[in-house]
Amino acid sequence: MKQITVRYFAMFREHAGVGKETLELDAATARDVFEATRTRHGSQEPTGHCKVAINDHMAEWDAPVNDGDVVLLFPPVAGG
Amino acid sequence: MIEVSISPIDTALLQRSLENPAAGGYCAFEGWVRNENEGHVVKRLEYEAYEPLVVEEGEKVLAEAKARFPFLEARCVHRVGLLEIGECAVWIGVASKHRDEAFKACRYIIDQIKVRLPIWKKEHYADGDSGWVNCERCASHGIAD
Repeated sequence: MKQITVRYFAMFREHAGVGKETLELDAATARDVFEATRTRHGSQEPTGHCKVAINDHMAEWDAPVNDGDVVLLFPPVAGG
Repeated sequence: MIEVSISPIDTALLQRSLENPAAGGYCAFEGWVRNENEGHVVKRLEYEAYEPLVVEEGEKVLAEAKARFPFLEARCVHRVGLLEIGECAVWIGVASKHRDEAFKACRYIIDQIKVRLPIWKKEHYADGDSGWVNCERCASHGIAD
């Protein structure tokens, strides 16, 4: 198990009810972390519309996560 | 340079910051808050951004634009917080030797900002409801395009 801190933004923060939480997860990739939080908070968004960052750098969904990482989950963006 | 601002965007001041004696062309884009989206009367918008990655990814966008359309100066500011109808939500300015690079770089930068930067907007409607604008709606019916 890995200790992963997950940060939620915008719609995800409202779904989760918190901006940040630390979870004990059996996760190999960023996608695994997202799937675990989707189950936990009932998010319906497919990963394709969302973005992820690990330790403040944009990442791919297949990027590995390590114990102690901070995973940032971004719902569909809408700047401009 | 790309920035996130909690206060209103001073477009005149920003334009002056791009002045360059070698520049023969200047192009700016302003995205404004519109009062309607997809049949809903919009009263105001609320923007949220994750600034560290807006800056990191935004600087990549500016570098890509400069590689494609060599310009002299470029700058971008995106608002966050509650915005009223008519307010400027995003400003992009490009100064270049000739007009073509300024037009094209400006277009490239706004198009990339809309799909890549971690910025979100929530519409507050006249009926009291509200909703986050997702990327599909933004791409085809952006409220500030």
